[in-house]
Amino acid sequence: MSTTVTTKKSASGGRAGDSIFSGLSLGAGVLILAVLAAVALFLFLQALPTFQAPAEDISGGAGFLSYIWPMVIGTVIAALIALLIATPIGVLVALYISHYAPARIAKPVGYVIDLLAAIPSVIYGAWGTTVLASSLVPFYDWLTNNLGFIPLFGGPASQTGKTMLTAGIVLAIMILPIITAMSRELFVQTPRLHEEAALALGATRWEMIRMTVLPFARPGIISSVMLALGRALGETMAVALVLSSGPLTASLVQSGNQTIAAEIALNFPEAYGLRLSELIAAGLILFLITLVVNMIARAIIARYKEFSGAN
Amino acid sequence: MSTTASFHSPTPVRPSSPRRSQLTRNQRPKWLVPVIGVAAVVVGAALSALVGFSPALWAVFAAVVFLVAAPIAVSVIEGGRKGADSLVTYLVYTAFILAVVPLISVLWTVLANGLPGLTSNLLFTSMNGVTGVHDNAAAEGQGPVLGGAYHAIVGTVSITFWATLLSVPIGLLTAIYLVEYSRGGWLGRGITFFVDVMTGIPSIVAGLFAAALFGLVFGPSTRFGFVAAVALTVLMIPTVVKNTEEMLKIVPNELREASYALGVRKWRTILKVVIPTAISGIASGVTLAIARVIGETAPLLVTAGFATAINWNSFSGWMTTLPTFIYYQIMTPTSPTSPDPSQQRAWAAALILILIVMLLNLVARLVARAFAPKVTGR
Amino acid sequence: MSKRIDVDHLNVYYGDFLAVEDVGMGIDARSVTAFIGPSGCGKSTFLRTLNRMHEVIPGARAEGQVLLDGEDLYGPGVDPVVVRSMVGMVFQRPNPFPTMSIRDNVLAGVKLNNKRISRSDADALVESSLQGANLWNEVKDRLDKPGSSLSGGQQQRLCIARAIAVKPDVILMDEPASALDPISTLAIEDLINDLKQDYTVVIVTHNMQQAARISDRTAFFNIAGTGKPGKLIEYGPTSEIFSNPKQKQTEDYVSGRFG
Repeated sequence: MSTTVTTKKSASGGRAGDSIFSGLSLGAGVLILAVLAAVALFLFLQALPTFQAPAEDISGGAGFLSYIWPMVIGTVIAALIALLIATPIGVLVALYISHYAPARIAKPVGYVIDLLAAIPSVIYGAWGTTVLASSLVPFYDWLTNNLGFIPLFGGPASQTGKTMLTAGIVLAIMILPIITAMSRELFVQTPRLHEEAALALGATRWEMIRMTVLPFARPGIISSVMLALGRALGETMAVALVLSSGPLTASLVQSGNQTIAAEIALNFPEAYGLRLSELIAAGLILFLITLVVNMIARAIIARYKEFSGAN
Repeated sequence: MSTTASFHSPTPVRPSSPRRSQLTRNQRPKWLVPVIGVAAVVVGAALSALVGFSPALWAVFAAVVFLVAAPIAVSVIEGGRKGADSLVTYLVYTAFILAVVPLISVLWTVLANGLPGLTSNLLFTSMNGVTGVHDNAAAEGQGPVLGGAYHAIVGTVSITFWATLLSVPIGLLTAIYLVEYSRGGWLGRGITFFVDVMTGIPSIVAGLFAAALFGLVFGPSTRFGFVAAVALTVLMIPTVVKNTEEMLKIVPNELREASYALGVRKWRTILKVVIPTAISGIASGVTLAIARVIGETAPLLVTAGFATAINWNSFSGWMTTLPTFIYYQIMTPTSPTSPDPSQQRAWAAALILILIVMLLNLVARLVARAFAPKVTGR
Repeated sequence: MSKRIDVDHLNVYYGDFLAVEDVGMGIDARSVTAFIGPSGCGKSTFLRTLNRMHEVIPGARAEGQVLLDGEDLYGPGVDPVVVRSMVGMVFQRPNPFPTMSIRDNVLAGVKLNNKRISRSDADALVESSLQGANLWNEVKDRLDKPGSSLSGGQQQRLCIARAIAVKPDVILMDEPASALDPISTLAIEDLINDLKQDYTVVIVTHNMQQAARISDRTAFFNIAGTGKPGKLIEYGPTSEIFSNPKQKQTEDYVSGRFG
């Protein structure tokens, strides 16, 4: 074997190359850790003045907590509306692609749903505020007239349609692809063996799905819902453009309410000094909320991996 | 010339009895569901006429009537199990329609509103010097709609360029570390965990971070193009890392081992064997990451300021990108009394933006297919 | 409970491709029939037409008649779902539902058909099915554990218990022991011997010795070449097929000259 000659030749240059290269890639990884630590640190530093300032100096005059609390509620409500709408539809669409659509159109349908995800959020916001909001006004009128006794639908309804419910609907459209994409991947991975076992027992298509596909995919669906929640909590444009903001109100069909992200987006360009620090502090709170939600999502999928039946 | 092999055992075959077979259950007549569909459409029209007609309302009523009536009918004829099965089937189709309708509406709106505004004016001029006066005149038909999005296109290209330049090397090298070098130790797991965390950062928080970072170094409210690029990098890195990781993992270990067995060093193996095998997937993933951040607005709002004039310098002065252009044109029209020209410009810019994003998605798919390593025999 | 099967001029197509050509045979009630033949000869495909499971694959269709005690499974208006509750199937790889307990696995098929079954009836059914599958003594103390916590051989017997809980007339088995170790295989073969007291059993196997051990009649399938349809070559009492086959192909196969 004459390989010894060739290896000797490249050995010297190569060995250094190995350490350089591995050092570089290690450095990149460490850089990411440093960046993240920096995110947390810098945000905290810039937010610090807000936590240290006297209560009257904060917007609203009653301290940071009372300033941020209504926005936290608004953020959560908008995200919840979006989830309530998007989860059932998302799962059903994923089922359509995996088990109901003929093979030839399943793939194009998947592309179409992915198209929903590709559209930039600002365009959803623009569409929401110009097209969707005004077309929903008659619906809101009907709601306040017939269901107005429920505080959620308390009147009088907004005549521009730029309400929390509209923003929630736009958010739902934006997070739908997240749920559909992950669910559909899981649905098609259901072991054929179990599906056939169910069918061989005399199950209808829905019964087979209920017995094998859904239990198999459940942890993944939950995880995708949590990820979609995280996305909805942090979404800015759909809310900033669509919602006519104002103080906290229980009614979903009136203008009013605000989310953290929209508040920051609307006020940051003009802000300075303590106001700037307030907004960064609000961003920190938002970061923490989405962090917790995302960590729960990952924990769920890690924990249920053993029970999912996937080998 | 094989004769039909018919091997019946001596026991005689009992002929099918004319009585109703146990195997057939009542089956609904083929016309049942379509007829119910038509009836639902008619009833829906009637109901919506009562309330105040609109096509959307008609569709909703018809759908509800159908979803209630058809499964019940099936249930009565074929039994509860089949009824439930058919209900789920119809729900699935309804969900699909519900998902597609907004997509069509959005695309239609962008096309319908954007095409009229897609003039050469829009593409090649900026908003420099365009004021409310011009817009008022245009709205009254006394002049063309001036102003365009050229500066926004320039801004988009510049900022995205820097973001890509920053995030691709870092993301690629990190993925290489995770797949090729890390042995599952604490560092590797920590990096993986934090990359996961990064995927969940709201885009506006990424913008705030960049703003805060530069604010601490250069003074508060520092805004220029590169700050925005840093914000976008924070958003791109996790996508690039995760996608590259996947693509590298797909490369079969046998290829690496074959290379080592020939005496090739590890870093050369990675550069010459692993990466070229995975390159189509990696390139496609990078393209998709670009497509994702090119439409980001929130981080740009807090980092790049807002400009009306063309600015090619990412390191000084404010910049506008297509998304922020759209945002500001809609939220704060150039002429508050005549918002229509602003809307027109906004929708035209939106059309350009969607075309760019679609194009990038298409390129990503083509790249993935064109450069995929050819499997033998095909 | 057990019924006879008569197949008449059955052809199986995948799209335009003829996979199995013109099969005709009669299977007695309360017997064990084995299908043997080289890989790809269509025996599994044919087996699946006996409970219309081939229809799960898009584009697959069968033409001809399969009579279950005189009733055509392919007659007009016949619901495949009903067929499958009368003709049960056990697969090559054990597939108990992983998210269900042993007890729920056994009852899975039954729950589909009878919405209401009392607790005591359910318990009795679980016990009798597991007894029938020779699994009761091994699992009676852990009926609530997940179905996937059993060994391979036990899982397969659980699948058999699940199949017989719906009280089918016929049990189809597609290479039920090929994924199991020899001891478990023996247990399954003993079980099949017991099952034939009450059910019609049809089993596909690539193990000729197994066919010789457990079946009453054997059917030999063969395929002329790739792209050609599979055919039934010879069908008769097991002892005849193995010691005195009438067709040369059969003799070549059972004596190991090919396959």
